[in-house]
Order: sequence, then structure tokens, then C-alpha cells
Amino acid sequence: MSPTVAAPDLVPPVPPRSPRVWMHRNLFRTPGDSVVTVVSGTVLAYAAYRTIRFVLITGRWEIIERNLTLFMVGRFPRDELWRVEVAIIVALGLAGLAGGLVASGRSISDPEGLEPDAGDWPTRVRTAVARLWPVLAMIMVLLILAGTPGPALLAIAGLAALLAGRRVGALIPRSIRGYVIGFTFLSPFVVVAVITAGGGVGWDQWGGVLLTLFLAVGGITLCFPLGVLLALGRRSDLPAVRVVSVSYIELFRGVPLVALLLMGSLTLQLFVPPSWAPGPIIRATVVFTLFTAAYIAEIVRGGLLSVPAGQTEAAKALGMSPTRITAFIVLPQALRNVIPAIVGQFISLFKDTSLVSIISLVEILGVAQVITQQPGFAGQGLTAETLVFASVIFWVGSYTMSRESQRLEAKLGVGTR
Amino acid sequence: MTALAGEASPTRTPPWRDVRVLRAVAQIVFLIGVIAVAAYLGNNLLNNMRRIGIQTNLDYLDQPAGFTIPGSSFRRTQSRMDAVMVGLGNTLRVAVAGIILATVVGTIVGIARLSRNWLVRTGARLYVEFVRNVPLLVIVIFTYLAVFLRLPRIEDSAEALGGIVSVRGVWIPWYEGGDRFATWLLLLAVAAAGAWGVRRWRQRVQDRTGDRAFGILYGLGVFAVGATVSAVALGGPIDITIPDRDGRLVSGGIRMAPEFAALLGALVVYTASHIAEIVRGSIQSVDRGQNEAAQALALSGPQRMRLVILPQALRVAIPPLANQYLNLTKNSSLAVAIAYVELTKVTGDLIGNGAPAPQSYGFLMLLYLMISLVIAAITNLVNRRLRLVER
Repeated sequence: MSPTVAAPDLVPPVPPRSPRVWMHRNLFRTPGDSVVTVVSGTVLAYAAYRTIRFVLITGRWEIIERNLTLFMVGRFPRDELWRVEVAIIVALGLAGLAGGLVASGRSISDPEGLEPDAGDWPTRVRTAVARLWPVLAMIMVLLILAGTPGPALLAIAGLAALLAGRRVGALIPRSIRGYVIGFTFLSPFVVVAVITAGGGVGWDQWGGVLLTLFLAVGGITLCFPLGVLLALGRRSDLPAVRVVSVSYIELFRGVPLVALLLMGSLTLQLFVPPSWAPGPIIRATVVFTLFTAAYIAEIVRGGLLSVPAGQTEAAKALGMSPTRITAFIVLPQALRNVIPAIVGQFISLFKDTSLVSIISLVEILGVAQVITQQPGFAGQGLTAETLVFASVIFWVGSYTMSRESQRLEAKLGVGTR
Repeated sequence: MTALAGEASPTRTPPWRDVRVLRAVAQIVFLIGVIAVAAYLGNNLLNNMRRIGIQTNLDYLDQPAGFTIPGSSFRRTQSRMDAVMVGLGNTLRVAVAGIILATVVGTIVGIARLSRNWLVRTGARLYVEFVRNVPLLVIVIFTYLAVFLRLPRIEDSAEALGGIVSVRGVWIPWYEGGDRFATWLLLLAVAAAGAWGVRRWRQRVQDRTGDRAFGILYGLGVFAVGATVSAVALGGPIDITIPDRDGRLVSGGIRMAPEFAALLGALVVYTASHIAEIVRGSIQSVDRGQNEAAQALALSGPQRMRLVILPQALRVAIPPLANQYLNLTKNSSLAVAIAYVELTKVTGDLIGNGAPAPQSYGFLMLLYLMISLVIAAITNLVNRRLRLVER
């Protein structure tokens, strides 16, 4: 009959924080660990030394400096560049509008308003820098390389458009919000319209980052309807529909994209009447669309499987028709669950656009290869410089997007429910 | 009273409200639509091919290719079909080597990402975060143009660990086998089977008596004895040849062309970064309680790893790993950018030498599909086996 004694509130001992303790725990825990540290430290230090030496001393970056415009827009006519500049400002304004809408919508549904708009200005700027530092650093490097005030003015105007769009987005009354959101989803088309409007510049003159973004955004947007249809077709209870969908998906997933692009660039014009023969950029877009649709279909199928059967049964009990159940009950939930996966697919599409340099379209990688043949730079072995620059552009884009998609995943709580 | 259907009312459902009829009609309409689109496209294709004057049959496969393939004994007079087969062989060669190397490197990096050592962890993380976010084609071209074509000339080649590295290619030590080597491999397989049987027997003894029976040690012993005895009996089945440079000539070893080495290197570097994430994720996916429970049962460190952690981690890792293997095989088609003659490149060369593009690419798709299906079938087999072992 020992009386129960309340355990004293024991606080776990807080390990002392100091550089010495940190180094002991993380670098020199055991003798073997120390050896590993010394060896890998030497290797890493040498790699860092070589990298820094290449970037600051031995690398000959004039080739990038001189061809910066080529990297950005390819052979876009130089006296029509204002179209691209207007398009950038419009795009950033629309992006800000969308961001403002989302943020204000959240403040109603989620009154705690956790992030990223919480806090005062300095905190918000700090959060933005922490999230977007690769993009910001890239823009700084570009502005320094450009060396003229024009691009800097463009950057400031773009930033102003972004912030203004955000403010306006937050002010839009709820009654018309739906229409505005719909409009911002059409923004890629608006941007393309701005660039090509009024007998402007044909697509075949596009290049560089402009072409990369066009192919990636165009591919992911256009493939979406087909991908959703294929996903629904694969789950259909009509065997004929199922067989056709599965064959399409497996065919396009089993074949490398390069082979499809080469095939498309050589044979796509043979499948239509001669008068319709598409240009090279359209052919590439069609191939990207058909290819990505198969992958989107598999992603959406996963989303469809994640919707509990009870949802369909409840809708049936309410007397909804199968079409309406799919359109209003199942698909919205399925698509919401797969947004991060779709972003992932967009990232790989963004990287895969580099393959069009094989069919002699001049996107980022194409520019990187072409400019090493320029008179004045030819035969000097500057491929390392141009390829490193191209890979950094790709890295900034896809690293930032994948980080944002992880945040989105955490916010949607996809993995946790 | 028409609303009462089924047994209550003998009237038959009219066909336009009969679900079975509607389903059949819907499928027929759908199929007609698909066939109509396919027929339209196919008809256009045939008309256009006739208009331009491209042959529309498959006879081209038997005609002579008209070009040579570097790094193989392929002659200009051999048929196009033979050329495709050389390409297929090259694809499989780089794919198999790439899968093995990428798995090894990826596993090491994946484990390094979980290291307690901050430097190792960070180094592995930097590698993964950088390589995963750069297009593979950039890495392929970089490896070829900025690494392998910048290597020293053959006269001043670098030599390390018995290998020779130069712009003309990379030579590594290799075995010289022949028939005796094949016989030895056969005997090794027999020894391995015997070792497996002995291990099973010792395991049963251990299960029955509860005493330690050292199954693995017995098995290894049987295998080692078998391997040594058969090697001695055959009088040394393999000769390792080490490449030897004399001026501009290299004898011995095996040569990897710069194109092959660059493609292999790029594929390994890229795929390993993806495999590393799979390895890390699958080890982390095993519940901590599993390890703690195994500790509580007094299993030793290696036993915990072998009997508790790895089987569960492997089950998580196999499907994405197989996906990466498939990706690597398909990604070997990027060789078109650096002129390593695998399937896609050889198809392009065929078309450049007058083969009709639509059929050639159709054939190419077919071959890739077959490779994909084989890999998928192997994966399913492994998956099923793992599941059976688990429950």
C-alpha cells in the first residue's frame, strides 16, 4: 500500500549550445567519424575551390554578357521587344491579382491567416526572400550582366505591377471573384495574345527563356483536358473506352520523349492535309501535349482513387446523374488532391523542354550551344560557361517550383489525411 | 403503373432505356469515333507519303543500311534490320551498366543523406538538390563536351587504378574469359544453389533446436569451397587484362568510347540523385517503433537491419526504383545529342540514309514498348514475391 507519489516535473536536460558541442555532435562524434569528416571536407573544399575559381576567375563570361538577349528571347526581332516587356508586366500583374485573390479568400476561410502574409513589412519581405532567393539572385545576376538601365526599369515596373495586382486582388468584391479567377487562369493566353497581337511576331521567331516557358506552360495547359478524359476513361466501366485509354497511356509512357519529338518533327505534318502543315514549334507543342497527357492521366487517376466511395454513393442517393457526380463531386476533390503532383509534372515538363534543342529549336539549351559557334567565340571551348549558365537558369526555375510545391503539399495536407 | 419494373410487371424495358443496350451503343459509337479519327489520320499519312514518294511498306528493313556504326563491326552492306539490332544492343549495354552503377551510387548517397555527420549529409544534399533540378540533356552535353572531350590526348593520358583516361576513350581492366569462364559461371551457380540449400537446412536446425546454427556462415563456406575447387579444377578460369599504353596504342582491358562513357556518366549522375531520394525516403518510411521493438527483442544491429528494416524499406522502394530503371533506359535515347549510336540515334541515321520515317519511328516505338513491358513484368514479379514473403 505504498502511497502514490506524484512524479516531480522533470525537465529534460537542455544540451548546451556552443560551436564546440555542435562540432563534436555533427563532425567528430567518433574517431571513424573524424576520418570521414576530414576526407569529405577535403573533397568538398576542393570542389568549392574549383567552383569559385571558375565562377570568379577562370570563367570567361563575356560570351554570356554579349548574348543575354539571345538567352532571354532568342531571335525575337529586336525592335519588337516591347511586346515581351509589356507581356512580362501584364503577366506579373495578373499573377499578383491571383495571389491577392487567394490571400484574401484565405483570410475569410482561415481567419488565423498563418502565412505568408502574416506580420509587418520587414517580416513579409524576409519570408519572400527566404522562399524566392534563387529567383531574386538570378534576377540580380541578370541585371548586373545586362549593365544597362532598361532591364532594371523593367524589373521595377514588373515588381510594381505584381504589388499593385496583389492590392487590387484583395479589394475585389466576393460577388465577382469567380469571374476574375477564371480570367487569371486564362492569363497565359492573354500574355501570348499581347506578344503576337496585331500582326506581330510569329511563333517561329521565339527562342530562349521565352520559348521554354511557352512550351512548358502551353504543354501543361493543353494536355489537361485530354489527361482528365483519359483518367476517367481508364476508370470507365465500358470495356471499349477502358481499353483505348489504357493503350494510349501505356503507349506514351513507354516511349522516350526524345523519340516522340524526333518522330513528331519528321512525321507530324504527314498526318494532316498538306495545307495545314504545322510549323516546328506547333509540332513540338503537340508532342509535349500528347506525351504529358498520359502522365497527367495517371496522376488524376491517383486522385480519383483517393476520393472515398461514400462521396459517390451519397451523391447517387441524392439522385444526381453519373455525369453530374463526376463533374461536381468526384473531380473537384480528386483534382485538389493531386495539385502538388501536377506541379511536379510541370517541373519535369519545364526541364524536358530542353529536348527541343535536338530538333533545332533554339530554347535555353539551344542558345547555349549555338553561341559557342559565333564568330569571336568559336573554337575557344566556352561550352562550360554557356552550359553552366543554362543549367543555372533551369535550376532556379525547377528548384523554386519544387520548394513551392512542397509548401503547397504541406498546406493542403495531402500526405497527412 | 408503368413505373413498376422487374418481377411485378411483365412488360420489357424498351431498348432506349435498357442500360445494357445503352452501354453497347455507347461503346460502339465511341469505337466508331476512334476508328474514324485513326482512319482519317492514316489516310492522310498514306496520301502524303505517296505524294512525296516515300515507300509505304516494310521492305526497307531488308535493304542495306549504307552507313557504318563506330565501335562495332557493322558493315555498310548489312541490312537495316541488323543496324537496328546493333542499336538495340548498345541501348541495353548502356542501360544495364547504368542501372547497376546508379543503384550503387544512389544507395551510397541516399544513406549519406541520413548520416549523422553534418559534412557528409550536406554534401550529399547539395549534390541531390542540384542534379535533380537540372535537365538531363544539359548534364549529358556537359559531360560530353566539357568533360570527356577536354580529357588529355592519348599520348599524355592519365593512368589510375589500372585504367587509362584520355580523349580517345577510357580503358578499364577487364576479364578475358572464353569457354572456361562460361563453365566456371555455371559451376558457381551450382555452388550458390548448394549454399542456399545448406543455409536453409541450418535455418531449420536453428528453428527446431533454438541453438545458433550459423546458417549464413555455413552457406558462405560451401560457396567459397565450391568456387575455389572449381577454379582450381579449371586451371584459372579468368585472366584479368590490364590496359597498357605504348605510344598511341593501347592493348588489353576494355575500351569505352567517349560517347559511351559520357552518356553512362551523365545517366548515372542524374539517376543516382533520384535513387538517393528513394533510398532515403524508404528507410525513413520504416516506423521508428520497428527498430525499437527489434532492439527490445535483443536483435543485433545487422540483424535489425537485415530482418526488420530492410525488408520493409525494400517493399516501399521497389516500385519507384523500377520506375527509375525504366526512366534510365528511356533516357538513354538522349544519346542522339552526342552521337552514341543506340536505338534512337540509329533510327535517325537510317532515316538520314533513305529509310521511310513513319515506319522507322513506328518500329522504334515498338522496341521501346517491348523493353518497357519486360521491365514492368520483372517489377511485378518482384513485387508479388515481396508481398508473399511479407504476409
